[in-house]
Amino acid sequence: MATYLLRRAAFLVISLFLASVLLFLLLRLLPGDPANSLLSIGATPEQIAAARHQIGSDLPLLEQFVSWLGRLVTFDLGTSFVSTLPVGPEIASRLAVTVPLTLLSFLLAVVVAVPIGFIAAYRSNSWYGSLLSGLSQLGIAVPAFWVGMLLITVFSLRLRVLPAGGFPRDDWADPADALTSLALPVVTIALVMSASLIRYVRSATLDVLGSDYLRTFRALGSSFTGAMWRHGLRNAAVPVVSILGIELATTFLGAVVVESVFALPGLGSMLIKGIAQHDYPVIQGILFVSTFAVLVIGFVADLVQRLIDPRLRGTVSGNAR
Amino acid sequence: MKSKMTSLVGATLMVALTLTACGSGSGSGSENAPAAGSGSTSSSTGSADPNATIEVGSLYEPQNLDNTGGGGQGVTEAFNGNVYEGLFKLGDDGKVENLLAKDYKVSPDGLTYTFTLQSGVTFHSGDPLTSADVKYSIEKVLAKDSQSARKSSFTGIKSITTPDDSTVTVKLSTKSISFVYNLSYVWVINNQAKDLTTSEDGTGPYKLGTWKRGSSLSLDPFAGYWGTPPTNKGVVFHYFTAATALNNALLTNAVDIVTSEQSPDALAQFKDNKDYKVNDGHSTTKLLLAFNDRVKPFDNALVRKAVTSAIDNRKLLNSIWGDYGTLIGSMVPPTDPWYEDLTTVNPYDVELAKKQLSEAGYANGFSFTLDTPNYDPHPTAATFIKGELAKVGITVTINVITADEWYTKVFKNHDFAATLQEHVNDRDVVWYGNPDFYWGYDNPEVTKLVNQAEQSDTTDDQAALLKKANQQIAADAASDWLYLYPQIVVASSSLSGYPINGLNSQFYAYTIKKS
Repeated sequence: MATYLLRRAAFLVISLFLASVLLFLLLRLLPGDPANSLLSIGATPEQIAAARHQIGSDLPLLEQFVSWLGRLVTFDLGTSFVSTLPVGPEIASRLAVTVPLTLLSFLLAVVVAVPIGFIAAYRSNSWYGSLLSGLSQLGIAVPAFWVGMLLITVFSLRLRVLPAGGFPRDDWADPADALTSLALPVVTIALVMSASLIRYVRSATLDVLGSDYLRTFRALGSSFTGAMWRHGLRNAAVPVVSILGIELATTFLGAVVVESVFALPGLGSMLIKGIAQHDYPVIQGILFVSTFAVLVIGFVADLVQRLIDPRLRGTVSGNAR
Repeated sequence: MKSKMTSLVGATLMVALTLTACGSGSGSGSENAPAAGSGSTSSSTGSADPNATIEVGSLYEPQNLDNTGGGGQGVTEAFNGNVYEGLFKLGDDGKVENLLAKDYKVSPDGLTYTFTLQSGVTFHSGDPLTSADVKYSIEKVLAKDSQSARKSSFTGIKSITTPDDSTVTVKLSTKSISFVYNLSYVWVINNQAKDLTTSEDGTGPYKLGTWKRGSSLSLDPFAGYWGTPPTNKGVVFHYFTAATALNNALLTNAVDIVTSEQSPDALAQFKDNKDYKVNDGHSTTKLLLAFNDRVKPFDNALVRKAVTSAIDNRKLLNSIWGDYGTLIGSMVPPTDPWYEDLTTVNPYDVELAKKQLSEAGYANGFSFTLDTPNYDPHPTAATFIKGELAKVGITVTINVITADEWYTKVFKNHDFAATLQEHVNDRDVVWYGNPDFYWGYDNPEVTKLVNQAEQSDTTDDQAALLKKANQQIAADAASDWLYLYPQIVVASSSLSGYPINGLNSQFYAYTIKKS
């Protein structure tokens, strides 16, 4: 397990480095000069040159990259071209919205999807089993922003029970206030996310229900609940956990749209603005942090799988069977 | 999902361009003497609550808090007149009034300006206002690394001296009647201030409370203010990236007022609702079909006139803004002192257009490429223009480009036949006097009028000369001024005393009352 952890950690660092190279180069391939977006129509060539110099976009690419990477090692994500303010602290303050939003949505989605997925599988031949399965199919087809707008119309504009958007000015100083602001966005993401999760839980459960070992265990006199508890859940959980990792990462990245709909000051709205303004340090910073988060989530998902399934523990890649 | 994303990015881009690509204008003209008048604000209603905080919704968050360091349109909206004050103030009605300058004198040759400062003015940090601060503030706009859109307006300054603590003397190399007007854009900042990107030190009625980036910015009344204190207990600007979210905030009372409504479709829900007031003010933003007047066929005024007459601007305006917005027929908006209605110079008349085209030698029409910025309303307008011009035999190819491409291709390299662009500033008709500007309009008569106007002795002379220039560019159809945007402020009915024209993105909040 220790070797595994070491190798996995090395893999994490290498992935991060490769991702940062890729990020840097891809952004520089975009047409346009960030200095253009800083200045006004009356800008003189001297003003443009000064702006370029100030933001360092007149330096050779390699030099820009080395200086960015150098600062990255010390957790300094650089300074925004546009605002001239440091990127790191702003990302940190935005994470105070995006991380709780992602985790709460994820939790809610799991809480909703696991029992429903199980019932949909266990009662797959009944009318409500088919109904649940059909509804989840529908859920996958519905875009998150549309669900968000629908929820706003019902709960904010008509019933007036929850805010239509925004986040408290003092962040989490009043947790109840912050949670109220996150209620609709969390439900929005969770609804869309649970739709696909239900499908995975259902198929994993169906696999287990039809398995030989479950039948054998029951033949030995165990009750269905006992059999499911001892063997079924564990076996069904392995594929579901790996999907959960991917789902969590997707939610973190996919919060962009939902944040816009609900006017939440999270990473997403910062990213959209950065892209529009050619603000490379901002885009790089956010994508780097996101990449980091996604890789860590993957790492954790791998670990959890190993805890659940002893058969995987001796392997590095996780493909034991 | 994809289309939603595109529109969101588009909205952000639009903001970026209006504050960068067009955020300038070597403003010409001003009031020679301080003008009276309090600006056009909404009328008062009911009894006001002096302890109310005004919640303002806006699409324009500052980039940072330094208006010479790239703060952009947002910092002007939040800070101009509220946190920082200039020697002069541009009222909501377009008139220039004294502010930190108590009085000023101009030498007979028009080259030396002597300003006397108001007494008893202190900065938010507690330091008193002195002439050295004024000198520092003007020099900050002129500095090498200054990103101020107004920098080019002050190139005529020869020297700034401070004979004593309350007197500033500025010498100019050429006469400039707009000098006082231009000074209304220069914020007077404490020359001891350290960090201007995330904090401030101004003399205005409000001081900065907190700025939570990506979300909101609050202003608290400044107890030591030298003038009339605000009529409210503070202001909070809430920032949105999507117009829909902003409208929802207004509908759920999360905000009291929207500084500039940018989604025409949303107006219906406020218009017939007694809880809200929709104010139809005058903006200074013009949508232009700008020809490249240097190249065929648009180097021929007759062709430009024909194109202008072939497009039904009223119908275009209605299709985008409904009953809002104005046709002006030339570059000058109603809030500029030299405005006149010139919509009859090139009327919508398809037969006339056809006649002019055949006179110009294009009886069978021609084709051209229209460089169209990829954000609203440009693509809509381009499609409309394409349809209109097809009726007179002109084939339009729409080339959609980003704001950044526009800046390089059209603005810098002049590599275009015609383009669409919004021009946001007041008093920007003077660009037609500059033959090197991107549209390449070169009429020596207009250049002379614009220069003479700047050298005028009185504002009346200046206005008369710029009126002539405006008439001439209309007669030449230098561009097709499609329409003037509406400036729509939507507010809760409980609010009064707010600015409705929002000239140059200003938003004076200190007279707002909530009942």
